[in-house]
Amino acid sequence: MTNLQEFERHPLANYLRVERFPHIWCEGCGNGIILHCFVKALDELGANMDKLVVVSGIGCMGRVAGYIQCDSFHTTHGRPIALATGIKLANPQLTVAVISGDGDLFAIGGNHFIHAARRNVDMTVICSNNFNYGMTGGQCGPTTPLLSYTTTTPYGNIEHPFNLVHLAAASGAVHVARWTVLHVKRLTESIKKALQKRGFKFIEVVSPCPEIYGRRNKFGKAIDTMKRYREIAEIRHGYAPSKAEITSEKIVVGEFIDIEKPTYGELLQGQFMRFNKG
Amino acid sequence: MPVRIWRTPLNIEKAKLPKAEIHIIKNQCKGCGFCIQFCPKDVLEESEEINERGVHPPKVVDESKCVLCSFCTSICPDFAIFVVEKLCEEEC
Ligand SMILES: Cc1ncc(C[n+]2csc(CCOP(=O)(O)OP(=O)(O)O)c2C)c(N)n1
Ligand code: SF4
Ligand code: SF4
Ligand code: SF4
Ligand SMILES: [Mg+2]
Repeated sequence: MTNLQEFERHPLANYLRVERFPHIWCEGCGNGIILHCFVKALDELGANMDKLVVVSGIGCMGRVAGYIQCDSFHTTHGRPIALATGIKLANPQLTVAVISGDGDLFAIGGNHFIHAARRNVDMTVICSNNFNYGMTGGQCGPTTPLLSYTTTTPYGNIEHPFNLVHLAAASGAVHVARWTVLHVKRLTESIKKALQKRGFKFIEVVSPCPEIYGRRNKFGKAIDTMKRYREIAEIRHGYAPSKAEITSEKIVVGEFIDIEKPTYGELLQGQFMRFNKG
Repeated sequence: MPVRIWRTPLNIEKAKLPKAEIHIIKNQCKGCGFCIQFCPKDVLEESEEINERGVHPPKVVDESKCVLCSFCTSICPDFAIFVVEKLCEEEC
């Protein structure tokens, strides 16, 4: 049997563009696990793939849009949330998910993130946080921890990083969660929950980049990073995002925020109805 | 406190634990070792074989120990391993 024939028997093959595999990600890269959890969530929800749109930006995680068997956009760097906003407003029937990297969503795309969260635009944003720009060779970005090494911080990073869950919560997201790629079942459950909820939902996924970030910081192989997650991850549902800073000693994971408020699309529709009575 | 009453299930003779069928897409494996490391039942181990990508894919040591938790399937970043329930007739 060829690879492809075997792969077609995988229980999730229907959700993937199998002919494009093996994917480009390095050995032990967490991005493949995030993709798995996402399609597994779709499978468990019995999602209608004709009503789903996946948008990603540029970067290693950005390549994900090309692997899912639905209408998907691999858009320009930093702009997936802007594109997703347009898609959702143009066709409110669609379920829109953005899956992208920490650099894409929080460096060049940072403004789109905070304002879409503030407006409560209906979409699910999943961020692969590998603490650097993997694709372009491992530069320092807004999530790079203090004192860690990257190509552009050879003496150690002196910039304070964003705490992404705090940023999302403070900006107005209605659902905020964080997991590591080791928490496959819980991450899948979180994605299911987010996809079913209205409003701006954010899930941060702490993910190893063994080839670039891991190598520079002497983290060993991907499996060593995974074992480290097992040691230092602490599940705390409902924990205050402001206190959930990631350190080398502790990664607080869990579902932190779950609130309700009207979405931008609903308010827009309401206003449209009010002014178009005649 | 409710008292727990233990009784022998009526169908104990007929009841069978589901059996696993583990599929490994050898040439899609990049050799990260996650499936081997995180399988709760030590069903897998690294094989001697070298695949098209130049790494050792996992091999099944004892399929009967598998509890079908599918953790290996979920943790594999490369969709290179999956477990399904064995479809079988009376005796298997
Ligand atoms: C406008 C623009 N600026 C810069 C780049 C170069 N660039 C490509 S990917 C990337 C960062 C990717 O980092 P991240 O989003 O964290 O993704 P990762 O590769 O780590 O998954 C940058 C700066 C670009 N493609 N376009
Ligand atoms: S460079 Fe890092 S993030 Fe990119 S595919 Fe390789 S391990 Fe993954
Ligand atoms: S399904 Fe569970 S028990 Fe079976 S091989 Fe995979 S991880 Fe091990
Ligand atoms: S988890 Fe997947 S890629 Fe990694 S060793 Fe196992 S089969 Fe290979
Ligand atoms: Mg990154």
